[in-house]
Amino acid sequence: MKKFFYSFTFAFLMAILFTGVSFAQDTTPPTDDEVNAIASQLYCPVCESTPLDVCPTEACKDWREQIRVMLSEGKSEEEILKYFEAQYGARVLAEPPKKGFYWLIYLLPPAIILLGAVILLRSMKQWTTKPVAESTGTGEVGGDSSPAKDDYVARLEEELKKQK
Amino acid sequence: MTEETTNIKRGVPVWAQVTIWTFLVGLLALVGFGLNRARNPMAEIGEPVPDFDIVYYEGYEYKDKTQMKLSDLQGKVVVINIWASWCKPCEQEAAELEEAWQFYKDADDVVFIGVDYVDTPAGANEYLTKFNITFPNAPDLQSTISSILNRQMGVPETYIIDREGVLRHVKIGPFVSVDEIKSAIQSIE
Repeated sequence: MKKFFYSFTFAFLMAILFTGVSFAQDTTPPTDDEVNAIASQLYCPVCESTPLDVCPTEACKDWREQIRVMLSEGKSEEEILKYFEAQYGARVLAEPPKKGFYWLIYLLPPAIILLGAVILLRSMKQWTTKPVAESTGTGEVGGDSSPAKDDYVARLEEELKKQK
Repeated sequence: MTEETTNIKRGVPVWAQVTIWTFLVGLLALVGFGLNRARNPMAEIGEPVPDFDIVYYEGYEYKDKTQMKLSDLQGKVVVINIWASWCKPCEQEAAELEEAWQFYKDADDVVFIGVDYVDTPAGANEYLTKFNITFPNAPDLQSTISSILNRQMGVPETYIIDREGVLRHVKIGPFVSVDEIKSAIQSIE
C-alpha cells in the first residue's frame, strides 16, 4: 500500500512538473529566428521578389508580426504558410505549390536538360564520326582527296592562272 | 581520282529538330494559355470599368450588404480609394476622405468605397479605427480589384466612376484637401 502511495505521489508530481513545463513553453514568445524561419519561405506580397525575412518595408514588418502572432497562438509552420497562400495567393510562396500549372516549374527544367543532353550526345557522336574513304585505285587514302575537294582545287588553280 | 566517299550528313538530325520544335510550340501554347487565364480586364479612362466583386470588411458594409458587384452601384458616382495601413501617404488623405464622405453620404448619390490593398487584418482594423473611417471598405489582398482598376504607381490611388460605370478620373497619390476631392467629384457630375 505504501509502495502504491509513493508511486502515485511520484506520478502526480511528475505530471504537475511536465504540465508546468508545457505551460511555460506555450507562453514563451516566438523568437525572431523562429519568425524568420517561416518568413524566409515567403515573399513580400507588395515588393515582389523580396523574401519576407529581409524585406525592410512597413508592410513586411506587419506580416512578420502576423507570423509572430500566429506562432504564439500555437499555429504550425504549415498552417501559417497555408494562411498566407489563401490570403495573398500562391505568388507569396518561395517554393511554389506542387499543383496545377506550378508543376511546370518542377518538370520543365529537368526535361529541358535531359532533352538537351540527348541531342548533344547524339550530335557529338555524329561530329566525331569521320568520313570513310574507300580507295578503289591508285589515289591517296584519306579524307582529303574527295572529288569535291579536287574540283575545288582545280577551280582554284584555274582562277590563279587567270590572275597571272 | 577514283575514290568514293560515304556521304555523311552533318547538323541536327531530323528527329531532334521535330522534337525541339514540338517541344517549343507546346511550351509556347502552355505559356499563352496560362497568361490568358491570369489576365484581368483593365479599366481605362473614358471606358466602362470591368465588373468585379466587392466583399466588405465586417462593420464597413454598404447598406448592410456584405458583398456586391461594382455594377450594382450603377446610377451613382463611385469613388474608389485604394489604400493600405502600411502606406504613410495614405494617412495624409484619410481624414479628408472621411470628411468628404460625411458631406455626400446623406444624398446617397455618391458612394465612397475604400479598397485595402494587400494588407493584414490587424493593420487594416487599426487604420480604420485610428482615422474614424465610416465609409464602406473592402480588402483586396490578392490585388484583384487594383489590377482591374489598372493601379499605376502604388497607393494611395483614387478612381472616380460616373453613373454609367465609366471611369472618369484617376488621382495618383493623396488628395491634399476636401475641396480637391469635391472638385474631382463635381467635375464628372
